[in-house]
Amino acid sequence: MEIQQNLPTAQIQIRNFNFYYGKFHAIKNTDLDIFNRRVTAFIGPSGCGKSTLLRAMNRMYELYPDQRAEGEILLDGTNVLAKDADLNMLRARVGMVFQKPTPFPMSIYENIAFGVRLHESLSRADMDERVQWALTRAALWDEAKDKLNQSGLGLSGGQQQRLCIARGIAVKPEVLLLDEPTSALDPISTARIEELIHELREDFTIAIVTHNMQQAARVSDYTAYMYLGEMIEFGITDQIFLSPKQKQTEDYITGRFG
Amino acid sequence: MAFFPLAQRRKWTNRVALTLSMCAMTFGLLWLIWILVTVTGIGVSALKPALFMEMTPPPGGQGGLANAIAGSMVMVVLATLLGTPIGILTGIFLAEYGQRGWLAEITRFINDLLLSAPSIVIGLFMYEIYVARRGSFSGMAGALALALIVIPVVVRTTENMLLLIPNTLREAAFALGASRWKVILMVTVRAARAGIMTGVLLAVARIAGETAPLLFTALSNQFWSLDLNKPMANLPVTIFKFAMSPFPDWQRLAWAGVFLITLGVLAINILARTLLAKRTEN
Repeated sequence: MEIQQNLPTAQIQIRNFNFYYGKFHAIKNTDLDIFNRRVTAFIGPSGCGKSTLLRAMNRMYELYPDQRAEGEILLDGTNVLAKDADLNMLRARVGMVFQKPTPFPMSIYENIAFGVRLHESLSRADMDERVQWALTRAALWDEAKDKLNQSGLGLSGGQQQRLCIARGIAVKPEVLLLDEPTSALDPISTARIEELIHELREDFTIAIVTHNMQQAARVSDYTAYMYLGEMIEFGITDQIFLSPKQKQTEDYITGRFG
Repeated sequence: MAFFPLAQRRKWTNRVALTLSMCAMTFGLLWLIWILVTVTGIGVSALKPALFMEMTPPPGGQGGLANAIAGSMVMVVLATLLGTPIGILTGIFLAEYGQRGWLAEITRFINDLLLSAPSIVIGLFMYEIYVARRGSFSGMAGALALALIVIPVVVRTTENMLLLIPNTLREAAFALGASRWKVILMVTVRAARAGIMTGVLLAVARIAGETAPLLFTALSNQFWSLDLNKPMANLPVTIFKFAMSPFPDWQRLAWAGVFLITLGVLAINILARTLLAKRTEN
């Protein structure tokens, strides 16, 4: 019973999900639960649909007219794919960090305040506090506190990516989507971001797409292996990596395939 | 050396190609420097306080270009103020909203036509729809004609500069829950603003020396007048008139005017280059 009570709840439930790029059927009949305050990693060879699935959760695909999703993605029970869903509200609740660091052409402070101002109107003092909080949580405060008014473009690649994470969490989302957040970074910056993911899972539900198998093993609680648009296997990370049930999964994680 | 025939041949081919391109560059640059030296040589001697203080004189009289300088400035500033917002907004529409739609295709096509239209056509057009109807040449007609030249230049540079902004930056802003107009205004236009400003400056440089559109619209004025409903003096037409005249005083003033415009356009171009260099630094 004790164990039953500690089981996390599913914050995002993906049900019978299909995705199309024009006529190309990129994700096929996928079901998946993403658990509250856990890290879920998506692995699989290029083109398997893992990024596509991630970008469906905040409806990033809406920017491109030939992309289309079917099925349901329930966030706390509400279907985010519904036609009348408020996209801006959804994106406030589901933040995203991209592969390449994308600081906005403004100061470090403004980079963070930009997103917050979209959804809340804070006093100057409250905003200062929020900026400090976000930068601290993203492990960037010590490096950035003396140059908050300098351009975010002046930071190093790893710092820029942490700025993007700070910007994402400053809005106080419930879910954080990380789309290969370290693939453009050096090993030291990568290690810092991984540490960060560990700390952030206390407050946020995290879904991360990665090409780096060790990274998935290190940072995630659950792992989903996808191939050619299908969810091949999903489970607790240790089990996926130590004793995968599917032969295909085993071939991929041992490097015999992909 | 005989061991490396291929390397030898490459070396010589390189030398020949380099010499040819250097010759071509020198040939082109020669004329430009010649023009600059001539203009400066004759123009500098005419650079006196009277040039900026006194009106254009009658033949044989003493005078300056004050009314022409003021008129040119008024019309160029007005044309820029009129043309820039329309140009920037159209450029934003083309790059951010209607990339593939039919409206954007047509707008882009017409803009290209306007961009390559001879400026005398624009002058005649403005004569027909404004000057002929109102029955008088006017500074306003001149500014409108110049604005028509500003618009396509600004549209084109704005669109191109916005298209240079990577989509990932737009996605990042959308991912925070920003609406489209906020993404455009706060992020993409901001990221492209140095480039857009450069386009505006280049448009200003372009209209500063345009003669044909003013010939049929603002015409010219011997006297000081900032009344937009009356003919307005301006540098290009004054230069045109004075340079063709048989009077040495007028010819000297024409050279001074040419020198002023050259200097102004040069300054604007340098400013535009600095802005663009700043952009690439980022």
